[in-house]
Amino acid sequence: MSRFPKIERYKKLLVGLGIFVLILLGKLFYIQIIDDKYKISASNNSMYYETVNVPRGIIYDRNGKILVENRISYEILCTPRETREFDTLELANVLEIDPEYIRGKMQDYKLHRTRIGYQSVTFLRQVEVDNYMKFAELEYRFPGFKAVVRTTREYPFNAGGNLLGYVSEVDADYIAKHPGYKPGDYAGKTGLEAARESDLRGIKGYKIYVRDSKGRILNSFRDGEFDKDAVPGKNITTTIDADLQQYGQALMQGKVGSLVAIEPSTGEILTMVSSPGIDVEMLHDIGKYYPQISANKHRPMFNRTVMASYPPGSVFKLVNGLIGLQEGVLEPWYTYPCYYGYNYSSSKKLGCHGHRSPINFEEAVMMSCNAYFCYVLRNILENRKYPDFEKAFNRWREYVMSFGFGQKLGSDFPGELNGNVPSSNFYNKMYGKNRWRFPTIVSLSIGQGEIGATPLQIANLAAIVANRGYYYIPHIVKASEGVEIDSKYYEKNYTMVDTTLFPYAISGMWRAVNDLGAGGTANSAYVKGLDICGKTGTAQNPHGKDNSVFLCFAPKDNPRIAVAAYVENAGWGGTWACPIASLLVEKYLNGEIGEFRKDLENRILTTSFIQ
Amino acid sequence: MEGAVIQRKIDWSLVITWLLLIVLGWMNIYASVHFATSPDLVTRPGKQLVWIATAMVLAAIILFMFKPRLWEVVSLPGYILVVILLVAVIFLGSDIKGSRSWLTFGPISFQPAELSKITTSLALASLLGKNGFKLDNFKSWFLTILTIAVPAAAILLEKETGSMLVYSGFFFVLYREGMSGWVLGFIFLSILLFIFTLIGPVWVPFAILTVAMAVFFLTKYRHSRRSYRRKHKIKQIANATVLAFLTGAVIIFMSDFAFNRILKDHQRGRIEVLLGLKEDPSGVGYNVNQSMIAIGSGGFSGKGYLQGTQTTYGFVPEQSTDFIFCTVGEEWGFLGCLVVIALYAFLIVRIVLDAESCREKFNRTYGYCVAACFFMHLIINVGMTVGLMPVIGIPLPFMSYGGSSLWGFTVMLFIFIALHRHENY
Repeated sequence: MSRFPKIERYKKLLVGLGIFVLILLGKLFYIQIIDDKYKISASNNSMYYETVNVPRGIIYDRNGKILVENRISYEILCTPRETREFDTLELANVLEIDPEYIRGKMQDYKLHRTRIGYQSVTFLRQVEVDNYMKFAELEYRFPGFKAVVRTTREYPFNAGGNLLGYVSEVDADYIAKHPGYKPGDYAGKTGLEAARESDLRGIKGYKIYVRDSKGRILNSFRDGEFDKDAVPGKNITTTIDADLQQYGQALMQGKVGSLVAIEPSTGEILTMVSSPGIDVEMLHDIGKYYPQISANKHRPMFNRTVMASYPPGSVFKLVNGLIGLQEGVLEPWYTYPCYYGYNYSSSKKLGCHGHRSPINFEEAVMMSCNAYFCYVLRNILENRKYPDFEKAFNRWREYVMSFGFGQKLGSDFPGELNGNVPSSNFYNKMYGKNRWRFPTIVSLSIGQGEIGATPLQIANLAAIVANRGYYYIPHIVKASEGVEIDSKYYEKNYTMVDTTLFPYAISGMWRAVNDLGAGGTANSAYVKGLDICGKTGTAQNPHGKDNSVFLCFAPKDNPRIAVAAYVENAGWGGTWACPIASLLVEKYLNGEIGEFRKDLENRILTTSFIQ
Repeated sequence: MEGAVIQRKIDWSLVITWLLLIVLGWMNIYASVHFATSPDLVTRPGKQLVWIATAMVLAAIILFMFKPRLWEVVSLPGYILVVILLVAVIFLGSDIKGSRSWLTFGPISFQPAELSKITTSLALASLLGKNGFKLDNFKSWFLTILTIAVPAAAILLEKETGSMLVYSGFFFVLYREGMSGWVLGFIFLSILLFIFTLIGPVWVPFAILTVAMAVFFLTKYRHSRRSYRRKHKIKQIANATVLAFLTGAVIIFMSDFAFNRILKDHQRGRIEVLLGLKEDPSGVGYNVNQSMIAIGSGGFSGKGYLQGTQTTYGFVPEQSTDFIFCTVGEEWGFLGCLVVIALYAFLIVRIVLDAESCREKFNRTYGYCVAACFFMHLIINVGMTVGLMPVIGIPLPFMSYGGSSLWGFTVMLFIFIALHRHENY
């Protein structure tokens, strides 16, 4: 009948059997070998991981004083699957919380019951000891709830919230970016806590128990063979001097700005104040204070020491002067006239304050003459050595960047900004190629205009001058037992300016402070016997009053501290930044403030620019 | 003298497969309860040993004490007796987990439904095996359907839906004995239509139905070219197609109704979970979810005997009975599953081949009935544990815990072995 030989029916049936068997095996292959979902579910199902929490590392200052330690606090955990009917009002009463909070939470758990499964979730944090004791007594009435001990941070020293940073529970975003964290974990989010998170955190351990389908714990899984030991967080020793930091905070009280002190011989940051800052009292429960912090228009969260880029002002004259000396377009004995400023075009003048004229390099540094440094930068940029203006400018930029400006210094402190040293491309774009000349960018002579530097970079400049031409990358963590720091922090970074040229600038800086009555701008920093060398700056500020800037180091020979103070909208560098920085130096080197500087100290401590 | 002959003629490969499955079954029953504490569970491996021993005695009795001819003789009275029992149990049975299918005589309780599979198979074999019986007239069809439907209906009334589904396996037997393949095809089509009506937009089942009908018509049309009353034949084909299409349409429209009104809540829930219409891992879907976790976590080679965490600690319900395959999957992994499924496949193929070699139609038909039953149990049970089938509580032959099912399947298998041996005698 048919063209094809008829296939016997039993064979067709056997083929059918084969197809069904293959479908079963295919599905088995899929769920057993391809899909991992079930393996994970299985261990969630039957294994109970009891987390062994570890205390976070302690943070010490450079002299072994504790800056941050741990405090015991209590948390209530909830295992939604194990809860039974309970008296909401009673629980609210015991824990002193709103019953609505409990209802909300329970609703939430019900909504996510599949995802939560048999896991425990944090129900309430920061439970007071009294409430914890009450709860512990009545725990049996609330099946599925249990109290656990946690450690939170405590701050014996008011060493500055921005410096130390806060620790808070990780959110979904953080977990996504940092594998290895789970909901309920804590992590350092800012400052030192964030910078050294991996050391401070420690390694959580766990014990594995087997439980049955009712969630009852049966026994330890394989006698603890797979348990993981907990490793407590490592202790960190910072380079911060706690007393000095605290004193710096007091000096900056009521001012907006930064105060940074560096030990020039090591690059260790001694003090790092950003004002206004976050009080350490707020750190242990940052969430509670968050609205208050974010409402403050001075943005206390914002760490100005590394995150604000300011025009450095006159302190930048040091850099221009040194470049001029190196390039051979300036000799220390060159004198230039100054009649209340420098005429950079027939009708335009960059003003200067009144001082005697003409003056040489040392005096120009001492008196911070604007005109003198206009001549210097003009000589650098209009140097015949270079085929064109742009080449000379680029060379100048290289010099400036060798002082650590315009780039991240590479500090271990998080959030560092680049600052800004404008490039020739920038000006080409702004004015067109070959359409800008020295008069166009004359303000760079005095550290104004397009240039921007962070207070840390300015402090680093102080350290460079103190070291006569090199710096160690400023850092905040010292190597200590079990904690290593990057080898780059041990390396000297030389500028492109010869070390033999720095003394010319230094003698000007010394005279600015110590040559009383000679017209120096920083006489208010004078402390007998300390040989402070300093340079003031008054940075113009489009947003209001000038910013007051001062950098200094002391003593002149074998300097032990280099400081930069930057006070926003305060006025002259000599009036505010200078006393602040010098008081810090005095405190550090002498341990106390001399008798006849008490009035000055008092004025600084009591003045507030913040209404 | 006679003993030697008998030993030669028994299909020992079937006996060995049977033994292997029983041993594997016992090992997994032990594994699934070895950590349990409830007295009902701890005694299960021991009890199962008793069932196994008695099943072996039963097997020996069937092989060596009865003349195989007996089975053909008792098929009709046996069938009628069991149907009476099935009906009686609806009224007298003890209610166990929502179904009234257990008869209790003192300490012994058993399910007539297990017996019914054997007697229905025997009765069907006896009917189809009659000289000159052909599935080409109304009377033959009526008797055949009646033979299958009466016990099936009784079992449905006992609320043992799972066992009832096994009876649909007899359609494979009917196919072998001459039923048109299109009927089988239409049954599969109906299932497909039911599923797609529930999960898809309404045009999908209609599209499937239309395509199927087009295939049916065109194939038949092609074949009719050589027919000698062609016009009449084509008219017949067209009528059949229209009828089938209308039936299909009715199924589509009835699907929702049947699903929402006729099915019980728990049955509807199980189907919804299976088809992914609803997720309910802690409710209706709990069994399947846990079962898939257990099997899935076994991986390629399993966690090792007695090392399974899911099955050991009681996450899977009905672990030692209906969900025994989970233990295999978790502790022996994909390899173990492959071996077990291969054993069943071998058993079924071997029975089919043996049946084909029989000269008597009664023996052949009975063999097919046995193979069909094993097949349905295998597909439904394993399919359920891996989430391919809705949760239907039927045991895995020879492996699941329980005396009644072990005896039932053993008797069923050994009657065939005895018949086959007699044949070759």
